[in-house]
Amino acid sequence: MTSELIVFLVLSLAAVAAAFGMVSSRNAVYSALFLVLNFVTVAIFYLLLGAPFIAMSQITVYAGAIMVLFLFVIMLLGAEALAPTNVLPWQRPLAFSLAVVLLIESAYLLISRAQTNALISAPDITVNSMDNLRDMAMTLFHQFLLPFEVTSILLLVAMVGAIVLTKREKAGQK
Amino acid sequence: MHLSEAVNSGFFYLAPWLVFAPITGLLINLIFGKYFSEKMVGTVASLASGAAFVVSVLLAYSVSINHGEMMSVPFAQWIHIGTLQLDWTFRVDSLSATMMLVVSGVGTLIHIYAIGYMHEDVRFKKEEGRFTRFFIFLNLFIAAMMILVSGDSYMMLFVGWEGVGLCSFLLIGFWYEMDTLARPSWANSNAAKKAFITNRVGDFGFLIAGFLMFWYLGSFQFDEVFKAAPEIAHSAPWVIVAITLFMLVGVAGKSAQIPLYIWLPDAMAGPTPVSALIHAATMVTAGVYLVTRSAPIYSLVPEAQYIVAMVGAGTALFAATIAVGQYDIKKVLAYSTISQLGFMVAAVGMGAYVAGMFHLITHAFFKALLFLSAGSVILGMERGHHHLAHHVAHDDHGKGKKKEGKKEEHGHGHDEEHSEVFDPGDMRNMGGLRKTMPVTFWLYMIGTLALAGIFPFAGFWSKDEILLDASLHFTSVYGQLTLAAFLTAFYMGRQVWMVFFGKPRHDAAAHAEESPKVMTVPLMVLAALSVLGGALNLPFEGFHNLGHWLGHTLGEAEGLPLDLKVAGISTVLALSAITLSWFIYGRNPLKANQPDPLKKPLGFIFTGMENKWFVDEGYFAVIINPFKKASQFLADVIDWRFWHDFVHDTVIAGTYNWLSDTALNTYADQKGIDALANWLGDATQSVSATLRKVQNGFVRSYALSVMLGVVLILGYLIFK
Amino acid sequence: MVPVDYYIILSAVLFTIGALGVLIRRNPLIIFMSIELMLNAANLAFVAFSRMYDSFNGQIFVFFVIAVAAAEVAVGLALIVEIFKTKKNINIDEMNSLKG
Repeated sequence: MTSELIVFLVLSLAAVAAAFGMVSSRNAVYSALFLVLNFVTVAIFYLLLGAPFIAMSQITVYAGAIMVLFLFVIMLLGAEALAPTNVLPWQRPLAFSLAVVLLIESAYLLISRAQTNALISAPDITVNSMDNLRDMAMTLFHQFLLPFEVTSILLLVAMVGAIVLTKREKAGQK
Repeated sequence: MHLSEAVNSGFFYLAPWLVFAPITGLLINLIFGKYFSEKMVGTVASLASGAAFVVSVLLAYSVSINHGEMMSVPFAQWIHIGTLQLDWTFRVDSLSATMMLVVSGVGTLIHIYAIGYMHEDVRFKKEEGRFTRFFIFLNLFIAAMMILVSGDSYMMLFVGWEGVGLCSFLLIGFWYEMDTLARPSWANSNAAKKAFITNRVGDFGFLIAGFLMFWYLGSFQFDEVFKAAPEIAHSAPWVIVAITLFMLVGVAGKSAQIPLYIWLPDAMAGPTPVSALIHAATMVTAGVYLVTRSAPIYSLVPEAQYIVAMVGAGTALFAATIAVGQYDIKKVLAYSTISQLGFMVAAVGMGAYVAGMFHLITHAFFKALLFLSAGSVILGMERGHHHLAHHVAHDDHGKGKKKEGKKEEHGHGHDEEHSEVFDPGDMRNMGGLRKTMPVTFWLYMIGTLALAGIFPFAGFWSKDEILLDASLHFTSVYGQLTLAAFLTAFYMGRQVWMVFFGKPRHDAAAHAEESPKVMTVPLMVLAALSVLGGALNLPFEGFHNLGHWLGHTLGEAEGLPLDLKVAGISTVLALSAITLSWFIYGRNPLKANQPDPLKKPLGFIFTGMENKWFVDEGYFAVIINPFKKASQFLADVIDWRFWHDFVHDTVIAGTYNWLSDTALNTYADQKGIDALANWLGDATQSVSATLRKVQNGFVRSYALSVMLGVVLILGYLIFK
Repeated sequence: MVPVDYYIILSAVLFTIGALGVLIRRNPLIIFMSIELMLNAANLAFVAFSRMYDSFNGQIFVFFVIAVAAAEVAVGLALIVEIFKTKKNINIDEMNSLKG
């Protein structure tokens, strides 16, 4: 058992545990914090997989910006916990059994169809990772230039949409 | 064509105007009549008829300067089928020109007379709007009659023949919703129908004759038929006999001969000018014209000629006996007309075509005169009657009402106060009119003398010529005709004594008034013609004008000299008949409500005369009632009960109902198609009611179903 | 050296947990977070395959997913806020007026 594998196993255990915590905790604030933990572990996986830019984006955008927004809204609405109800009583057992089936099916499919028996090693620290980043930028701005620009428009639209939706209407104005 | 040229060669090109002139008048009155005054309408119609007369005169002139040559005036292509080449061609020869002159001449005078007559008639009948209609019909009649006499083929003649039949029908039923006494009834319409249907029987004969003619002689055109006839007469004489006899049926219908004369007395339901024009002077002579026109065919078969002569003579005598027993002034004249038509038919049957035509012309003059005078008498009686009613109304309502609405007032007063209906045509109501209507009296006297055959009036010459011919060829015909002539003088004498002499038997007769000039002047013209008409064909060497004239068409006939024996016998008989009538009716004038003095001595014979020998009743018993019963049987039993009730209702409709109701509706539709459609609807409803519950509004449930879908798709991908 | 399969299995496990969260939680915010977790799991698989095939395309796809997720979160949270303002409640089980 190599050290990489140990790191992987520990990290994956942490990620799964954080995910479970997010799903199962009663308080929404805890859920958010568990999710942040999960995002961070995943970011470390990205580093291990030789994707430092994505790892940084993960930390800044997901763990930073998005989750802060989530926490902000949770606190704004005071929606940390909801009163228990007993609608849809069969939802939970069905969901669990379907989840198990889904897990088995997806894992099987991904592994069998990808036909992977390759091993992934951690990136060589001695290699300058800036080359890697430059190459990725070249790909992004040449091959994927149009989707990139479209993404900017998407962000603009989302921004305008969010403002319009939450805008407080003045009295007597429609 | 210039006039000078026309004067030299003839005006034949004007022939179509014989028909177009009255048609033009008809159209003007039809379209603009409602804006015209009565005088205007009458003037237009009279001018239209007068124009036809002028054309007739010009055509007659044209024939005479062409030495009687027949002239065909082609007008339009008509029927061209296979070998049949039938054109609308006007035939102008001395015979048709004579007929044209009589028709349009007498017709025009009657048009003028009718202006005055109808003016009053529509007011007595309280339907002033029909004035225009009358003249439209009258012009239509002239047009149809012109087609009849000017046609160049039997088909064209038939068109006119039917046209005048139609006009006769329309004019007999002119006051269709009343009877002759203006009471609400269908009597006049029934008279019109009787005339039309009786004529159908005759036309059936004419049509059969036409079919035979076409089949064996191959044409309808006069000249071609006449050319082909002798050959056929040689090889198959029965064909010609059949043609002539079937044609005789047509003649009997149109010219009111035995056995089809029955419609003519009823036709007196029409206004008097109609009786004069159509049912005395012109239309009824169409049969005589037809036989004369067909002379070349008739001459081939003496058997048929003999039958024609016997029918004519029999009719002449038979109708004369009925005329003796009639009380209605117009009915007497109607039977007299039938009788005189019998004279003409007998004449043409004997081959004495010139005599027949001669009598046709003079008869047109004096019978029109008599009828129109009778109309004048009737109107005079009406006037007297209304004068009387006026006095009654005057007495009842006081002086204040006198000035306003005279006629209506009087009419109503009459209707309410006298339950007994006054008949202005009944001779038993008349008497003494000599004094109140002097002009009409003298005119009537001239007509009577002409009809009775008194020297030197027109009737004497024409009748004498027929009698002379008969005495030479057919003794039995001569006997019948002489007896008929005696009766003619007798019933005319009876009529004159009853109408004009003695004392008024009704207040209306006492107050009768003379007719206006518009009526009497045409009568004077006719009276003059009745006096002088004999001059057309005097039985003296060099005076056979009509004989020569018609000879161009009919072949030159030997002009017979006056036979003093025949003329003497007939004159003596006529005078003695008049004297006899004076003894019976003139010496002791009839009192009011007194039965006819002939009733006692003649007994049942007079009852027979009075009731027209029960011929109508006989027809009813022998033909009409069985026919009605058969129709009733066919309608009620065969058509209604069997065909409608059983076959249609029970068999067809019942089967169809069973099929549609039980088989198709109940089983195929309701239990089959409907049930399927309903089941589909119910199934859809129940399925959707179940599925609806899935749509529970919980987002998480939807997410679960998405999840389920994902699982299933993945499972599919795995086990693919 | 870690076999790629391990990453794939981890990704599948995280994805399933996210899906489970969507199905069983009633708080729309947590459901939203679960969706983010699922996206994240997918991203992990992308990057793992990117590493395996030595290609940038996977990473670039992840980049776009992050951008879209950011936009989505902005609009989604705005919607939740608006719903709360209207109904004074964000329990997802009470938003069931659209039912058959």
